[in-house]
Amino acid sequence: MRYLTDRKRATGMGSAKTGTEHFWAMKVSSVALLVLVPLFVFTFGPMLGEPHEAVVAYFARPFPAIVAALTILVTFKHFKDGVQVLIEDYVHGLNQKVAIILMVCLSYAAAATGLFAIARIAL
Amino acid sequence: MADVNRGNRPLSPHLTIYRPQLTSMTSIVTRITGNALLISALLVVWWFLAAATSPAYFATADAVLTSWFGDLVMTLSLWGLWYHTLAGVRHLIWDNAVGLDLDTAYKLGYAVIGGSVLLTLLTIAVIV
Repeated sequence: MRYLTDRKRATGMGSAKTGTEHFWAMKVSSVALLVLVPLFVFTFGPMLGEPHEAVVAYFARPFPAIVAALTILVTFKHFKDGVQVLIEDYVHGLNQKVAIILMVCLSYAAAATGLFAIARIAL
Repeated sequence: MADVNRGNRPLSPHLTIYRPQLTSMTSIVTRITGNALLISALLVVWWFLAAATSPAYFATADAVLTSWFGDLVMTLSLWGLWYHTLAGVRHLIWDNAVGLDLDTAYKLGYAVIGGSVLLTLLTIAVIV
């Protein structure tokens, strides 16, 4: 054992071996959301509590519809990757895998539902 | 060398005996806000689905989101969203190995807290 170098001991020992890709995915989605979140807050915000016809007419316009669709898509991608780290830190064993799979499915389902709704309003 | 003092290093203090600091608290709140935002994200998706379905369904969803409890959830979420956004900016800065000294980390922590409250009030003033 003592003849092994630290490098040799560490190689391949990472938790999932894809930490760099995960870090980069979080970084890209966070920078995208830095632009999308303010746009969404100030387009969606004023519409909350408005009558149905006004909401449907507003989100039939290209800019609010595209901002809403992109925000929903990137938010749930960012959430999917982020909640995975939360689960990995606090839940272990089979429960960890079940929790991650449930959250991944929930994220995709919510994103698909949101995109469907926006498409139906806009088109 | 490779085997110097292996496995016999001092343990870092556990969470339970750590005195809370601004740096650790702003970090854990970043995680809490980010994950708790799932609730309002799902509410917003539901609101859009209702709007796409029918005026009657939309009336129900809109009534839930604009009830006193809906207002409470959405207002807290708005603060959580700005907090998580600013805390994310702090991470993007830190990713460049910049601002990691205690003094700057504390200043950025106060900026995240103050900025999130300010942006929340500003947003409410603009959109309500």
